[in-house]
Amino acid sequence: MTPLLHLSGLTKAYPGVVANDNVGFEIAPGEVHALLGENGAGKSTLVKMIYGLVRPDSGEMRLHGQPFAPHEPRAARAAGVAMVFQHFSLFEALSVAENIALGMDDAPETDALSDEIRSVSKKYGLTLDPDRMVGDLSAGERQRVEIVRCLLQNPKLLVMDEPTSVLTPQEVDVLFETLRRLRDEGTSILYISHKLEEIRTICDNATILRLGKVVGTCVPSEETPRTMAEMMVGTELKSPTKRPYKPGRVLLEVKNLQLPSKDPFGTSLRDVSFSLHAGEVLGVAGVAGNGQDELLLALSGEELTDTAAITLKGATIGSKGPNHRRLQGLLAAPEERLGHAAAPDMSLTENALLTGHARQRLTNKGFVKWQATQNFARAIIQKFDVRTPGASHAAKSLSGGNLQKFVIGREIMQRPDVLVVNQPTWGVDASAAAFIREALLELAEQGAGVLVISQDLDELMEISDTFAVLAEGRLSRVRSASGVTIEEIGLLMGGTEVDHAAA
Amino acid sequence: MDLSSISPVTLIVSLMAASTPILLAALGELVVEKSGVLNLGVEGMMIIGAVCGFIAAVTTGSPWLGFLFGAICGAAVSMIFAVLTQYLMANQVASGLGLTMFGLGLAALLGHSYTGINPPSFSQIHIPVLSDLPVVGRIVFGHDPMIYFSLALTFGIWYFLTRTRGGLVLRAVGESHDAAHALGYKVIRIRMLAIAFGGACAGLGGAYLSLVRVPQWAEGMTAGAGWIALAIVVFASWKPGRAIIGAYLFGGVTVLQLNLQAAGLAISPAYLSMTPYLATIIVLVIMASDKKRQSLNAPASLGKTFFAST
Repeated sequence: MTPLLHLSGLTKAYPGVVANDNVGFEIAPGEVHALLGENGAGKSTLVKMIYGLVRPDSGEMRLHGQPFAPHEPRAARAAGVAMVFQHFSLFEALSVAENIALGMDDAPETDALSDEIRSVSKKYGLTLDPDRMVGDLSAGERQRVEIVRCLLQNPKLLVMDEPTSVLTPQEVDVLFETLRRLRDEGTSILYISHKLEEIRTICDNATILRLGKVVGTCVPSEETPRTMAEMMVGTELKSPTKRPYKPGRVLLEVKNLQLPSKDPFGTSLRDVSFSLHAGEVLGVAGVAGNGQDELLLALSGEELTDTAAITLKGATIGSKGPNHRRLQGLLAAPEERLGHAAAPDMSLTENALLTGHARQRLTNKGFVKWQATQNFARAIIQKFDVRTPGASHAAKSLSGGNLQKFVIGREIMQRPDVLVVNQPTWGVDASAAAFIREALLELAEQGAGVLVISQDLDELMEISDTFAVLAEGRLSRVRSASGVTIEEIGLLMGGTEVDHAAA
Repeated sequence: MDLSSISPVTLIVSLMAASTPILLAALGELVVEKSGVLNLGVEGMMIIGAVCGFIAAVTTGSPWLGFLFGAICGAAVSMIFAVLTQYLMANQVASGLGLTMFGLGLAALLGHSYTGINPPSFSQIHIPVLSDLPVVGRIVFGHDPMIYFSLALTFGIWYFLTRTRGGLVLRAVGESHDAAHALGYKVIRIRMLAIAFGGACAGLGGAYLSLVRVPQWAEGMTAGAGWIALAIVVFASWKPGRAIIGAYLFGGVTVLQLNLQAAGLAISPAYLSMTPYLATIIVLVIMASDKKRQSLNAPASLGKTFFAST
């Protein structure tokens, strides 16, 4: 049987880096093929070539045995290749139907399209209302918009770039059900992910990329996540060891915290209460857009609240700003690295100064102590293994993983009593993620309280002592992390309260 | 003071003429901003349209050719801004301000020998019977063709933005240029077209100013109309229908203060001349107080530079 898609010798170089080097593999009709690799391994570049966004320097692609060289996405779509993007290519202020129309080359009239959307979403079990504004949808619903958009064009090959990174476990199940149905109808799927358990569940074959080259192929169901991870990284991995947890004194106490969101598509915090003890790693799970950003803003002091809502080591600080909180020992690292945690165009030294000046005494009567600041930045770079030519380089020149190590390191180096982090390993490759988790655990071991907000359940299970779920701006009861199952968390993330039954 | 000297009918008729240049410029800028580009050069494009339209009309004797040439020249100078910001990735705010300065200077140079000349007249339409009706006749049927054109343009832009695929693509580009690019839309080409359209509308507004509203050429005659047009786009929350309300409100206050001056109101004329601008500022402050609502309508990529990441 001719393969649906055959790639051979694909090479694409950018100034200073070869993103794809002589890459080749095949996908059979009705096959779910996984593309595995760390960040920067060249997965995205490869996919962009297949979808016509980037042209290869050399090499050949064949679709149904015919030469295939799309020069733009339109040509790829016409040939039967559809793509669901990693960062959703949706427009928040437009309706579902409008968003879908934008992704089609010959979109029918609005009413006819709405009917088509309803029938396709029914057929594949993807509930969707065509008239709703995309900005009001959850991440799972947004992904459905993307998938329905692809399905309306009857694709032969569906490319999915990190489709599950923002979904609850239940939503993942629904997605997999849809993918299986598509596969049974003969659609091939190219599935890109670094979640190895998922790849074992859904994929028939896998191709592994490292630094732009194919370094191996495997049948995922015959491998363990560990062996696949080691193929990806190229070395053996060590996982952090959990130490026994003994709660110390209460460091941070949050009582009935209310915070109306300033973002029209944000979620307001409602009655959030919890306490964080010395030595504790509290994991807060939840799907993006359920109040995570707002919780971080309220704790870091960027958004002020009722003064009694937040108590740090016995003093109420709800109405105090970030610098006051930093001096008192409460530090935070937000999710968005570029633009929130770090100023992209400023050097690492300057970025070190931005959050470190108060606690590290990097200024004197309003004047910057550059030597001390530079030493501080260099110490972070050294201790946290930040790969950069030097502290004078701009934050945006660092890769995601390295900048994240710098951002987290900058706060940890200030020896906080309480550290709040949001998505500490989002979009970070496996080795950097392991390093950051290790550093957070070490901080807790030294007696600090650490609050980790994350959507990555495996990560939370790995490092947290206690555990809570944020859903629609409300925080569930905090419970011990040992003995919680993924299913239970999934239900909580979907907003179902099972506290009473479990407690 | 004699308030009875102010006739409501005359007031309404003249406020429509006073508002039309601003309405035209605001409609053009609305389309530009919907595509995600902030062009602060409206004032400069308007005055170029005013002087070029004036020269063309005086030279050819046809006000129609004057309007056409004013629009073409407005679009032409907007291309300076377009190339700077879309291809050379220059900052939009600085480039727009630069365009305003450049336009004011160039217009003064071009129009030097045209000061004090009268342009060919551009008369109001006259439909027998209808235009002679009392009150309604003058308000509905007694204007010059450009006023009807500006109203038709408002409807046309509303229809284009909300009912056509082209309008949907334009809004999508302004909402998220990265997503539009990922779907294969030509972000830069669409924005170039939008900027050219905005320039043509501003040029047309300027030409109306020098050919009908004043009608003469004088240096700096736009007197901030371009800035008011920019403010009206925000006031209108990027909706064409509301742009009419904004423009007519401003025009109304302008005309009213002139009438009050003529009626001999015992306030310094300087204060009265300030009122349209004060009214605009007050309305903008009220609008801006509801941040949440406003940010829903604002194009999310407004003013951001687009780097194609291929």
